[in-house]
Amino acid sequence: MTQRLVIIGAGMASGRMIEHLLDYAPDAWHITLFNAEPRGNYNRLMLSPVLSGEKTYEEIVTHDDAFYADRRIDCRFGESVTRIDREAKLVHSANGATPYDKLVIATGSAPFIIPVAGKDLAGVVSYRDLEDTNAMIAASRPGAKAVVIGGGLLGLEAAAGMAARGADVTVIHLMGHLMERQLDPAAGYLLQKDLERRGIRVHCKGATKAILGTDKVEAVLLEDGTVYGADLVCMAVGIRPETRLATDAHLEVNRGVVVDAQMTTSDPSIFALGECVEFDRQLFGLVAPLYDQAKVLAAVLNDGVAAFCPVQTATKLKVTGCDLFSAGDFADGPDREEIVFRDPSRGIYKRLVIEDDRLIGAVMYGDTADGNWFFQQIKDGTDISENRETLIFGPAFQGGVQSDPLAAVAALPPEAEICGCNGICKGQIVEAINGGATDLGKVRACTKASASCGTCTGLVEQVLALTLGDAFAKPAAQSICACTDLTHEEVRRLIKGQELKSMPAVMQELGWKTSCGCPTCRPALNFYLLADWPLDYQDDRQSRFVNERLHANIQKDGTFSVVPRMWGGVTNAAELRAIADAADKYDVPMVKVTGGQRIDLLGVKKEDLPSMWADLNAAGLVSGHAYSKGLRTVKTCVGSEFCRFGTQDSTGLGIKLEKRLWGSWTPHKVKLGVSGCPRNCAEATCKDVGIVCVDSGYQIGVGGAAGMDLKETERLVAVETEAEAIEITVAFVQLYRENGKYLDRPYKWLKKVGLDWVRDQVTDPEIRAALIERFDLSQRVYQKDPWAERAAPEEARRFHPVATLSQEAAE
Amino acid sequence: MTLWIDIAALDDIPPRGARTIRTPEGCVAVFRTFDDRVFALDDRCPHKGGPLSDGIVHGHAVTCPLHAWVFDLETGLAQGADEGSVATYPARVDGGRVLIDAERLTRRRVA
Ligand code: SRM
Ligand SMILES: Cc1cc2nc3c(=O)[nH]c(=O)nc-3n(C[C@H](O)[C@H](O)[C@H](O)COP(=O)(O)OP(=O)(O)OC[C@H]3O[C@@H](n4cnc5c(N)ncnc54)[C@H](O)[C@@H]3O)c2cc1C
Ligand code: SF4
Ligand code: FES
Repeated sequence: MTQRLVIIGAGMASGRMIEHLLDYAPDAWHITLFNAEPRGNYNRLMLSPVLSGEKTYEEIVTHDDAFYADRRIDCRFGESVTRIDREAKLVHSANGATPYDKLVIATGSAPFIIPVAGKDLAGVVSYRDLEDTNAMIAASRPGAKAVVIGGGLLGLEAAAGMAARGADVTVIHLMGHLMERQLDPAAGYLLQKDLERRGIRVHCKGATKAILGTDKVEAVLLEDGTVYGADLVCMAVGIRPETRLATDAHLEVNRGVVVDAQMTTSDPSIFALGECVEFDRQLFGLVAPLYDQAKVLAAVLNDGVAAFCPVQTATKLKVTGCDLFSAGDFADGPDREEIVFRDPSRGIYKRLVIEDDRLIGAVMYGDTADGNWFFQQIKDGTDISENRETLIFGPAFQGGVQSDPLAAVAALPPEAEICGCNGICKGQIVEAINGGATDLGKVRACTKASASCGTCTGLVEQVLALTLGDAFAKPAAQSICACTDLTHEEVRRLIKGQELKSMPAVMQELGWKTSCGCPTCRPALNFYLLADWPLDYQDDRQSRFVNERLHANIQKDGTFSVVPRMWGGVTNAAELRAIADAADKYDVPMVKVTGGQRIDLLGVKKEDLPSMWADLNAAGLVSGHAYSKGLRTVKTCVGSEFCRFGTQDSTGLGIKLEKRLWGSWTPHKVKLGVSGCPRNCAEATCKDVGIVCVDSGYQIGVGGAAGMDLKETERLVAVETEAEAIEITVAFVQLYRENGKYLDRPYKWLKKVGLDWVRDQVTDPEIRAALIERFDLSQRVYQKDPWAERAAPEEARRFHPVATLSQEAAE
Repeated sequence: MTLWIDIAALDDIPPRGARTIRTPEGCVAVFRTFDDRVFALDDRCPHKGGPLSDGIVHGHAVTCPLHAWVFDLETGLAQGADEGSVATYPARVDGGRVLIDAERLTRRRVA
């Protein structure tokens, strides 16, 4: 006897199920197939080639009219099921009720729409079906502006497709790198680079605030204030299982319609498969497991024995020219080891994750030819201890290859600048070497490369090594940490020369040996990037030590100390009152005058920081950065305003300097002192920059310190006017910011580059002006009171526990 | 028995960062690593009590902010030359929410 089978949804999963079902028993079923879309089954995956113009819709239809007619399937396309009546075993739709013996729910999923203002405007589409695809095709006229929200698989395929049709496309992605669920940051960086190469703008860490427009979309506004013009907005931020019918029918529904291994829902006559189901707490968003479900359900419906058992799936992106592959679990962990291979010149990155001598995950970009081979090893759990040394080179590998520490420099083009001081490129150095300059001294003599500040010495040596091969013996230099063979100076030089503007960019292009760095290299890279690219790079809080992350000094018991700025050591009754009030209000255990001419509130609880800052802000007090690798204090003495010996207004100059320099980040802390006469009451001669006022003007000394090493300043220059004194100081600080090694105080840096070179730089009017201009540009981004930013409610939240568990709640 | 309770959205914790949960027995730090896994450990360094939630998170480890001991987030064991361990609690991410085993959290009082 034929049974009545009703299927809701004619998509990828049910389509495959029908094929199997009728293979087993062509005459056992009378099938009614409902579909909300006004058409039968087509290959949804191939919508992307349709969007990009590489295929037509006709080419991706999998089941045409003849298919359904041959199998006498009653097609109800364009007709949504609105309700399931389990008692009466009926489904309801616009054309009435249809009875079933067995029912299959295969409704797939619905795009997730973020609830922002403007989401319902005309011109906002998602990416799920042919209608969406056609809307995007229609909008992708050359020159039209499209914004894609979401940098996952779907969003990027949408972006690439529209870009291929000539649209000007911007992708906005909430997370730090693209496709973060499938890719690690290194691979995400390469993908972004490839997309940018084809003209797609990528904005990571971008949160959409609103979609703007009156009757149709006009622009997208982000939380950070950026606005992108848009004729079309494609929202591709995720999908959620389409479970509404099942929920209304009181079937067991969690995140998806809950099924057992036989694809049976909580009602034995009702089955479900595809993206709408949840099995063993898992959801499914790729077709491979859905095809397995289809096979199982076909067998089960025909009284066969079968059980669904999810297997791992691998991800690939269908964008021509972006070769990426990701499979398995690629998180690193304590019992896990990773093998990383990077080839900067070819833009290749591969990472394998190994646990117990078995491969458990793989991410690769640029060269994915071996992806399936690795995937097979993951699925089989092959013991790789035998071939682990050579595993990463893939199945075709024969013989040994060592990763090459010179690869990064080898990859540089001849026109890449090696010596920034003298503007010498790699090609010129190679030419000199070929012309007989076979050691560092000779290269310096004939090209001037590394003859000035010397920070590129290591790179010049690497060029020598590459050009001369074994004939060159390179002196060993200390690398930043175990993540790289390069020194601080080399990395700084390459960040500038190769215009590396993000941490993944540095790690990929310079062949980092770990996937995400360590506490030694990350804070250093974060500083180098923000100092060199103030406008492009976004400060990474998570790469900062707690003091700089929270803008307070951590104390031995986990509390914090708060030091407001006291410009030049000058304060007044209102500020002191605000400090006293804060000390009372927050029960501050100790109020102390620091060695830096200001007041420290010690022992403040982390949760109290934001509100204490808000109170201090209200009295005009800002952060004193007593915790930063940045400008700390400017100590002054009373000077000519009050002192009988004072020659100039040292207090006033100190305040001007502090106002100009505060908020800037430097390789190590920077302290200034300004004394009004050579009696030097402000101890200016043991500061990083110390100015001693004299009758004829200002004597500027640099490189002093009074910490672990006691150093007296050395005279940089003497100038006549206050304005010049400020200019020289700013230029000096910027030169240090641009060239210093992270955690070298100025005196250590000066020992390396020489005072003469520094003097030449800051006294040359053109160079000085350029240094000052770059400093001021950076200050436009960074001279903001971090306390005010963090006292805002959204930020202040982060200082509190994310949850509180009372005993009852936990029991 | 495991009693999973929902404590926060994953996005409440910055990647390569941490937040704390206050409990009657002291704070528990919940870490989120670069690959979006979560780990829960006592927020107290066995060395001198440093708040681990304020440390730098790298790979699946955290470096204590006070004297830079490094702890494996999975096992709670100090790495390298240092010896000591921090209690860990089962935690996982489900549908963008962070779940933690409350059963274990309350039981530690007895232990
Ligand atoms: C608060 C203060 C001591 C005080 O009560 O007076 C202080 C406190 C600390 N100093 Fe200092 N230094 C303080 C003035 C000084 C001075 C005197 C000065 O600035 O005139 C010096 C010598 C001058 C110098 O820097 O050359 C000084 C030389 C150091 C050093 C050694 C630096 C060096 O290059 O050798 C360190 C260690 C470091 O920075 O790596 C340090 C580090 C520290 C740290 C930040 C230790 C730490 O990493 O936690 C202390 C933080 C305590 C806290 O919880 O707040 N502190 N420290 C002073 C704050 C001044 C301010 O208002 O910002
Ligand atoms: C652009 C794009 C590219 C993709 N690329 C890939 C890829 O490269 N690799 C990969 O593995 N996966 C890819 N996917 C995902 C893959 O397409 C899905 O996993 C798969 O289509 C899900 O199959 P399904 O049958 O569960 O749902 P669907 O194929 O979505 O079918 C569900 C059908 O049910 C209908 N329906 C819903 N509710 C009702 C109702 N009440 N009444 C009647 N009908 C209803 C819907 O209209 C729809 O036609 C891609 C998806 C898209 C959109
Ligand atoms: S000298 Fe500075 S670092 Fe040392 S105990 Fe005193 S405040 Fe702390
Ligand atoms: S308290 Fe953690 S290392 Fe000392």
